[in-house]
Amino acid sequence: MKVLVCISHVPDTTSKINFTSDNKEFDKNGVQFVINPYDEFGLTRAIWIKEKQGGTVTVLNVGKAETEPTLRKALAIGADDAIRIDAEPTDAFYVAQQIAAVVKENNYDLVIAGRESIDYNGGQVPGMLAALLKWPFVNGCMGLELDGNKASLIREIDGGKEKLSASLPLVIGGQKGLVEEKDLRIPNMRGIMSARTKPLNVKDATNGDHRTSVGNYEKPAPKSAVKMIDADNIEELVNLLHSEAKVI
Amino acid sequence: MSTDLFQSPDYYNIDELLSEEHILVRNATREWVKKDVSPIIEEYAQKAEFPKQLVKGLAEIGAFGPYIPEEYGGAGLDQISYGLMMQEIERGDSGVRSTCSVQSSLVMYPIYAYGSEEQRKKYLPKLASGEYLGSFGLTEPDFGSNPGGMVTNFKDKGDHYLLNGSKMWISNAPFCDVAVVWAKNEEGRIHGLIVERGMEGFTTPETHNKWSLRASATGELVFDNVKVPKENLLPNKSGLGAPLGCLDSARYGIAWGALGAAMDCYDTALRYSKERVQFDRPIAGFQLQQKKLAEMITEITKAQLLVWRLGKLKNEKRATSAQISMAKRNNVDMALKIAREARQMLGGMGITGEYPIMRHMMNLESVVTYEGTHDIHLLITGMDITGENAFK
Ligand SMILES: Cc1cc2nc3c(=O)[nH]c(=O)nc-3n(C[C@H](O)[C@H](O)[C@H](O)COP(=O)(O)OP(=O)(O)OC[C@H]3O[C@@H](n4cnc5c(N)ncnc54)[C@H](O)[C@@H]3O)c2cc1C
Repeated sequence: MKVLVCISHVPDTTSKINFTSDNKEFDKNGVQFVINPYDEFGLTRAIWIKEKQGGTVTVLNVGKAETEPTLRKALAIGADDAIRIDAEPTDAFYVAQQIAAVVKENNYDLVIAGRESIDYNGGQVPGMLAALLKWPFVNGCMGLELDGNKASLIREIDGGKEKLSASLPLVIGGQKGLVEEKDLRIPNMRGIMSARTKPLNVKDATNGDHRTSVGNYEKPAPKSAVKMIDADNIEELVNLLHSEAKVI
Repeated sequence: MSTDLFQSPDYYNIDELLSEEHILVRNATREWVKKDVSPIIEEYAQKAEFPKQLVKGLAEIGAFGPYIPEEYGGAGLDQISYGLMMQEIERGDSGVRSTCSVQSSLVMYPIYAYGSEEQRKKYLPKLASGEYLGSFGLTEPDFGSNPGGMVTNFKDKGDHYLLNGSKMWISNAPFCDVAVVWAKNEEGRIHGLIVERGMEGFTTPETHNKWSLRASATGELVFDNVKVPKENLLPNKSGLGAPLGCLDSARYGIAWGALGAAMDCYDTALRYSKERVQFDRPIAGFQLQQKKLAEMITEITKAQLLVWRLGKLKNEKRATSAQISMAKRNNVDMALKIAREARQMLGGMGITGEYPIMRHMMNLESVVTYEGTHDIHLLITGMDITGENAFK
C-alpha cells in the first residue's frame, strides 16, 4: 500500500493574525507553524495503515523552503519520505495540479489530504486533485477501512454520518474520526534522529495555472469586552442594549 | 488545574540560533509536557507522590539519555537538544525533570563514560526504555557540600566487595531498580559501584514531609554488609573527579531546566496581569508590575543566551566545570527570584494550585541546594578566577 499524505503548513491556532502589504499578504513574522490539524489525523491514519498492512507513507507539501520543518516533523512522526514542491501555494487549482503531477509519476493507492487547511479554509485542493486524476473522492472523511482495493468510508454529513464504499485508488479529505485526538503522535527523540536520514526531495513546480488571486484581507471587528449584569437588574440590561449596544 | 496555555518567551529571537532539529526536539517535548504532565502534576505534587506513570512516556519521548549513543538505547542527540528537553520538562515540573536528570546524567552517563562494555550493554538499554529506574548516591548525612569526606566504603572480599554505609537525600531512591553508589575502597579512593535492588542488606527508606520537589521521590540508600559482585564496579574512572564529572552533566541540564521554570512563572504572571483588573485597569498597566515583568524577561533572555553558549561549548567538549557552575548558579537563582516576584503578582491566587508558580517556587528551593549549593558554585567561580581555594 502506497499512501500519499498531503500536508499543509499552517499558523498555529494561537497565532496573532496580521497582514502586510496593504492587507494583501499574511504577516508570518513571529508566527509558529504547525501541520494542518486535519492533515495530522490523516497522517496518523496513514501510519496505522502502514503498521497494519505494510507499505509506505510519503508526505507532500507545496510550499517554499520554510515549510521543511513541518515535513521533517511528519518524517519524525513516522512517514518514510517527503516531497516538497517548490512553489507558493497561493491558488487551490495550481496546488492541485502540482500534486496531480506527482501522483501521476508514482502509483499511490491512496491520497489523504485534510478536508480543509485551517489557514485559508479553501477546502478545494483534494476535490480538484481527484478530478484531475479522475479518481473517486470522499470529503469530510471520518472513518476509513481498507480491504484489498476496497475502501469502506464514513463521511460526516449534516447531523449524521454517511457510509460509503469506493475502490482504490482514491482521494480523501480527512478529519477527526480517522483517528482521535488522543491517537495523534508526538515525535520522539529516536524518530527525530531517524528523520535526519529520511529523504526530503525538493521538486520544481510544473507548469500550472492560477485561477484565483487575492485582492486583500480584512479582519473581523474585534470583540469588545463582556459586561456582566446581575440577573435581577433587567432595567440596566435593557438600557445598555438600547443605548450602548444599540440593538434594541 | 486550568489548561496549560504556555507560550515561550523569545525576546531576542534566540530560536534563530537553534537548528530546525533543536526546535523540533523542543516543541515535541513541550507538546508532551502539555499533554501528559500539566494536567496531572498539581495533583501529584499536592499528594506528594511521584507520578510513576510518566516514566513510560518519558522513556518513549526519549528523555532518558538523549545524548547517549543509539547503540545503547539513547537518541544520540547533541547537548543543546538535551538542554532544551530539560527546559521543557522543568517548565512542567522540577521534580519530573529531576527524575530525568538523575536517570540521564547521574546513572546512564557514568555507566556509559566509566563503565565496561558489559555494563553498558547490560544497563543502558533498560534505563533508556524506563524498564529500570536509577538513582545516584553521593551525599551522606554528614557529607553534603563536602562529598570527598564520605564514609561509605567497600572491602575486597576476594570474589565480591562488601559495601557498608548510607546515602541521604537521594532522588528516585525509594523505587530505584539500580543505584550508582560512590564509596571508598580500603585505600580511601572513591569508586562507583552499581548496586541493584534485591541485593541483601540494601534498603531505600523514603524521606517524607518535603515542602519541595513533592512530585519526586527522595530517600536514603542504606548498605548493611551488601555483597556487590566485582563486575559491578565502574572500572574506567575513580577519585572524586568521577562523581563530579556526572554532576557537570546534570548541572548543565539544571541550568536549562531552571530556565524552563522561570519561563513558566513569567508567562503565567504576564497573562494574569493582562487579565486581572484592579482600580479599573489591568494590573499590567501599573508601573510596579511592569518593572517586575520587564526585569523578568531581561533575566530570562540573559539566561537563555548563557545556556545556549554553554551548550555550544559542551558540544565542542570545551565547557569547563567552572563555566557550568556559573550557569547553574545564575539560572537557578534567577528562576527562584522570578518565581517569588511572579507569585506576588498573582496576589492571593498565587498561593493556590490553580497556577504553577508556588509549586515552581518551592521546587526551586531544592534545585538551588542540590547539585552544589548556591554558595558552593560561587566558591567554584571564586577559585577559578583567583586560584585561591576558599572552601576550607
Ligand atoms: C530534593 C533533593 C534531592 C537530592 N538528590 C540527590 C541525589 O539524587 N543524589 C545525591 O547524592 N544528593 C542529592 N541531594 C543532596 C544535595 O546534593 C545536598 O543536599 C547538597 O549537596 C548540600 O548538602 P547538605 O544538604 O549536606 O548541605 P551542607 O553541605 O551541610 O550545607 C549547608 C549550608 O552550608 C553552606 N556551606 C557548606 N560548605 C561551605 C563552604 N565551604 N563555604 C561556605 N558555605 C558552605 C552551604 O552552601 C549551605 O548553605 C538532594 C537534595 C535534595 C534537597
